[in-house]
Amino acid sequence: MNRTLRKLFSNATSLLGIILLVFFIIIAIFAPVLAPPLSDDPYQIPRMSWDVNPQPPGFPMSDNIKDMYKYIGKEVKYDKAICGTAQGGYDIFYGLIWGTRTAFKIGITTVFSAMLIGLFIGSIAAYFGRWVDEVLMRITDIFLSFPFLVAAMVLTTILGRGLNKVMIALIAFGWMGYARVIRGSILSAKEETYVMAAKALGVRDGKIIWRHLLPNTIFPVLIQASMNIGTMVVTAATLSFLGVGAPLGYADWGQMVSFARNWIVGAPGHAGQYWYSVFYPGIFIILFVLAWNLIGDALRDILDPRLRGEL
Amino acid sequence: MIAYIIRRLLLLPIILIGVTFLIFCMFSLLSPMERLATYVNDPSTLKNPQAAERIIEKYHLNDPFPLGYIQWVKRIAKFDLGWSQAANQPVWDAICQRFPATLELVIYSIVPVILVGIWLGVISAVHHNDIIDQSIRVTAIVGWSLPTFIFGLLVLFVFYGILGWLPPGRLSTWAQDIVYTGTNFHSYTHLVTIDALLNGNIPIFVDALRHLCAPIITLSYVYWAFLLRIARSSMLDTLRKDYIRTARAKGVDEHTVIHKHAERNALIPVVTIAGMLIIGMLGGVVVAETVFTYPGLGFWAATAAQQLDYGSVIGFALLFALIMVVGNLVVDVSYAFIDPRVRLE
Repeated sequence: MNRTLRKLFSNATSLLGIILLVFFIIIAIFAPVLAPPLSDDPYQIPRMSWDVNPQPPGFPMSDNIKDMYKYIGKEVKYDKAICGTAQGGYDIFYGLIWGTRTAFKIGITTVFSAMLIGLFIGSIAAYFGRWVDEVLMRITDIFLSFPFLVAAMVLTTILGRGLNKVMIALIAFGWMGYARVIRGSILSAKEETYVMAAKALGVRDGKIIWRHLLPNTIFPVLIQASMNIGTMVVTAATLSFLGVGAPLGYADWGQMVSFARNWIVGAPGHAGQYWYSVFYPGIFIILFVLAWNLIGDALRDILDPRLRGEL
Repeated sequence: MIAYIIRRLLLLPIILIGVTFLIFCMFSLLSPMERLATYVNDPSTLKNPQAAERIIEKYHLNDPFPLGYIQWVKRIAKFDLGWSQAANQPVWDAICQRFPATLELVIYSIVPVILVGIWLGVISAVHHNDIIDQSIRVTAIVGWSLPTFIFGLLVLFVFYGILGWLPPGRLSTWAQDIVYTGTNFHSYTHLVTIDALLNGNIPIFVDALRHLCAPIITLSYVYWAFLLRIARSSMLDTLRKDYIRTARAKGVDEHTVIHKHAERNALIPVVTIAGMLIIGMLGGVVVAETVFTYPGLGFWAATAAQQLDYGSVIGFALLFALIMVVGNLVVDVSYAFIDPRVRLE
């Protein structure tokens, strides 16, 4: 474990990944300080104006919105859109900061839940073998018969808009990879003598899986999980971009990019005049995914025994 | 070999039943009224209780779950998938009409993905760890981290916003007039580029290609990055094998070692992955088409999803799942042809 950590920190690309990840963790933790919420729901992006057009960085909050906050008795702690506003006057900076929390929430919840389901199904299939294996693996095949994005889009559409619905859809179609990987590892591990010994001693099946097999086989699954966080966040963002994800005005990077979609070309002769509306949320998504991919990639290289000694 | 293929074919009906059952489960999550709405082409019908009752009766929407499933499968076997509000026509007609556009896009995207991906992967492996390898790897991992929709917007911005070369859509207005309403243009295949060539109409061909370029770039970028990584690691693995060392020790020249001895073996796993990638492209199609308002299946499905047009969305899911099931079958069988070890299992 120590050796793994040392390698993670000594490799330039994985170090970059770690630095990026720490940056995002700090933003997520200090979100209330960096961008104090103006409404009761901190994930609702405040609007700086009622104007449809995006506004450039430094745009001050319009007077009628200030009056509105004064009227409902809210203190306006900041009144400038540092990174400009998106379509509809939504403050980009606020969305970026609170969107980081959304990204972590989506990534960690979906990957953790999908991993648990995958571990459960895969380990049971491999341990009991025969018809149990056959049935569970065919079910896995059926779920794998859908392109991930399409399946997630369809299920989210049916369940209705909202972040929780998106996460349910991502989990429902995101567990199969883990099930396959853990099944493969347990199939080879269950012939080992320590499993035989445990069986001979009369240890219960559940305990053998939980205490003996999983700790010895879980590593590849963890690597896969770390690489999957980026994929899950991107898929959630894509759903928002397609208009079936987070509700309107929710602090979510994907939705902010979709706000920018109609403005990206700019007025004739002014190509790129609204660059900020796609640049900031775009760069946040890319860096977030890159961080997880770099770490996952390095972990895989380090833990793959065939490549040991070559890094 | 035969036994393997038969076993694989026997699984097909099971998978098909499972896939349709799963989609029917999702369909059943909808409220009865929403399910009813997928079969109605005129919203005012819903306000008329007798008419609504007739449709419920006709489509067995009140049947218990297992019976409802059987009736539903019977209907989809007759291509009765309900009414698409997004397209304002029956779902099956909407699919037939948009399928060629998507097919054209996918066909043109596959070729650069496979050629460029494998080529760069092999180069990267041969130059393991030197500057070429490092830069190819960095490009690939950045490409892999770049979400399709952001990359697509970037392409739209550069090639349409700034340069004005690659417009969105499928055809320019003048070309649409000729292709869809003109009397001299015959649509043989409904793939516009090929039809244009068959009609000998070069301006239309160029126009169609110009519209295709941007979605092709968007769709293929992520996939060649992925294929490159697979090709690279597989090639690295193979280059470390004993028979490669033997070949080198015998004095075989490096070109033959890499292209004859190593590459052929290294590309076996790449073939399966490539097959899976092409199938996986079906997901990317939704994004690429939406960004460039390219009138194919993906754009239609995304529009339908936004409008909560459940009939279209379910029909779309069904179609893509079926394509994927058949595609997986083809990949598995062709894999057995390529790699003799698979047959022995």
